[in-house]
Amino acid sequence: MQPIIEFQNICKEYPGVVANNNVSFKILRQSIHAILGENGAGKSTLVKILYGHVKPDNGQIIINSDLVTINSPTMAQSLGINMVFQHFSLFESLTVAENLILGMSEKISLSKLKSKSETICNKYGFNLNLNSPISSLSVGQRQSVEIVRSLLNNPKILIMDEPTSVLTPEEINKLFKIIKKLVADGLTVIFISHKLDEIINLSDHVTIMRNGKVISNLTTKNEDPESLGYKMLGYKVTKTKQINNVDYSENVLTLSNLSSYSQDPFTTNLNKINFNLNKGQILGIAGVAGNGQKELMEILLNENDFEFNGDIIFKNININKLSTFQRKSLSISYVTEQRLGHSAVPEMSLSENILLSMNHKNYFKKGDFINFDRINSYANDVIKNFNVDTPSFNVKAGKLSGGNLQKFIIGREIMSDPELLILSQPTWGIDAGSEAFIKKSLIELSQKGVSIIIISHDLDELLEVCHNISVLYEGSLSKSLNVESIDITKLGKYMGGLFD
Amino acid sequence: MNIDIVIGILNIVLISTTPLVFAGIGELVTEKSGVLNLGLEGLMLVGAVTGFITLVLTGNYFYSLFFSIISGVILSGIFAFLVLNLMTNQIATGLALTIFGIGLSAMLGKKFSGTPIEGLNPYYFIVISFLLVFMVSYFLSKTKSGLIVRAVGEDHNSAYALGYNVIKTRYMTIIFGGVMSSLAGFYISICYAPMWQEGMTAGRGWIALALVVFATWKPWRLLVGAYIFGGVAIMQMNLQAIGVKLPGQFFNMMPYLATIIVLVFISSNKLRLKLSAPASLNMPFEKNQ
Repeated sequence: MQPIIEFQNICKEYPGVVANNNVSFKILRQSIHAILGENGAGKSTLVKILYGHVKPDNGQIIINSDLVTINSPTMAQSLGINMVFQHFSLFESLTVAENLILGMSEKISLSKLKSKSETICNKYGFNLNLNSPISSLSVGQRQSVEIVRSLLNNPKILIMDEPTSVLTPEEINKLFKIIKKLVADGLTVIFISHKLDEIINLSDHVTIMRNGKVISNLTTKNEDPESLGYKMLGYKVTKTKQINNVDYSENVLTLSNLSSYSQDPFTTNLNKINFNLNKGQILGIAGVAGNGQKELMEILLNENDFEFNGDIIFKNININKLSTFQRKSLSISYVTEQRLGHSAVPEMSLSENILLSMNHKNYFKKGDFINFDRINSYANDVIKNFNVDTPSFNVKAGKLSGGNLQKFIIGREIMSDPELLILSQPTWGIDAGSEAFIKKSLIELSQKGVSIIIISHDLDELLEVCHNISVLYEGSLSKSLNVESIDITKLGKYMGGLFD
Repeated sequence: MNIDIVIGILNIVLISTTPLVFAGIGELVTEKSGVLNLGLEGLMLVGAVTGFITLVLTGNYFYSLFFSIISGVILSGIFAFLVLNLMTNQIATGLALTIFGIGLSAMLGKKFSGTPIEGLNPYYFIVISFLLVFMVSYFLSKTKSGLIVRAVGEDHNSAYALGYNVIKTRYMTIIFGGVMSSLAGFYISICYAPMWQEGMTAGRGWIALALVVFATWKPWRLLVGAYIFGGVAIMQMNLQAIGVKLPGQFFNMMPYLATIIVLVFISSNKLRLKLSAPASLNMPFEKNQ
């Protein structure tokens, strides 16, 4: 069969990183072609080059046997290439209809748009209300808008960049059915992912990338998740096993009837959240992004005086009104989602970043002066104990890779001997090696009797590390399930809002 | 109260408010696309002086209007180049534009200060200003080009990802804003005054800026706001005419006081600001090549 796309020697270099290094491979017409690789392997750069979003330094693209130069997304669209972005390119305050119109290259009347999008929705089972503003939609619905918008242009090639990262298991199944139907109708789909199971389930062919290079081109049906994982990473990852020896009698943190009443349509209000966290227990808060995770973290951290009702009891003390500073002094530690700009200041050195979250500890001060010796030695210990790859503690935080910086941040908090550690998305977007190390550190920490809350969208991570998992859905928290006897379908139902 | 006085007041409000409508509606479109141009005052002054000088030298109103508009195109074009291509800070660049405009207009107009001219009938421009508000409102809410302007101001990265030319769109809206400001200046020196005097726009550029926020970026509200602001501004002499004894400075202060109150009122509610303000306002756009 004639390939629809052929990449020839694509090279793209950014200062300090080679994103694509002589990438060459072919994609067959009417197939699902997966591109697999870790974060930073160069997958996104490659498809952005195909979509005219990024200019390659070198190399060429052949589409339908014609050599093409794609300078802009508009040009890509005229060649029949459309893209569904990982971080959606939707306009929050505009309506669905306005967003659809903006995605179309031709001019179209509102009534014609309506009938056209209805045809697509009926054919593939999307459910859209054209008049709702995007800000009122769930993440899954937003993705439907993105996909319908791409389909309105009658594409021949559809690029999907990590489309499942924000969906529930049920929504993923539905999406895969839609993709298969689209391909049966003549479309070619390029599917980017780092999730091995998905690629095995969905794709016909897979190209594996590592450090900007193509490692291999495979036919998917000859592979299994283990062989793909090994080829993607180049080494085997060892998993640490969690054991459940939690002392369920000693209570550390209790949330009772926590609710919030913000008028802001961009926030999700919490609805009577209750849970108990015991000594040495890891509780995972699962759920699709945008279901109240941000708000729960706000309330636990209390940086912005986010208003709420209910009580937060930490070791028999009501901490409702305590500031972040006071809560930290009670030995609660936090690792927030945003590494650069929240957990760490990119322009400051690693040792200066130590002081930022340890301001409540007098150990680092001489009167009002900073005790640099102590900070530096603390930073050194973190670097040593948590395998942070950096020449010294004087390196600016922004210079570290995501995985290294996250190890440093988590190490910084763990070494301050917390009794309660609250983390949000601890392994988001980092390399598999660092991810395994962080999971191991958290498990070991819980064995020592520290209680941990992990808020994460990554279900696999929670299943590996936690003792119990609860699911957030539209601001409500499900009851907690014990991981040792967990029923995955039940968890999936919880994530779709079907609590029992 | 005498009916003639009421009509007189309304007449003066109508005449004196029009420059606020022009400058405000231009800035509204600029801000809708995500660019904050603080140079309105400077643009108005240069527009006023260019129109005035051209009229004195040629005696032709058409040339006068034409060159006034050209001055707006050039100055706002420079502003656009600085903030869009060189990615300078929008606030600093806008302030520089105002300071530059004040100085340039004073220098150019020095010899012409006090030269008598025959003014143009302001009523044509009042009609035009209403039409403009209608057209801008229609453009932004009903046309695809208007939708693109809003999209660019809402999220320039998404707009770029969909294949829209963010820089080009913003050039257009900045230059439209510049032309509207110079038109406001032209109106002041040719229709409203009509004369040239250094710094004669007297802070109307700043009030127009506040108006856009006051109107929460909606054209029709901007028109209403302009007339409230304009009404307050000319209340002084009329109230004195009917015998209210208050110091003149108090009334001179009123528009600024009203501006501050409105700004405090609007920004006191973060939500209101977030829902109405273009999300990419004052953010530089950088292509990730």
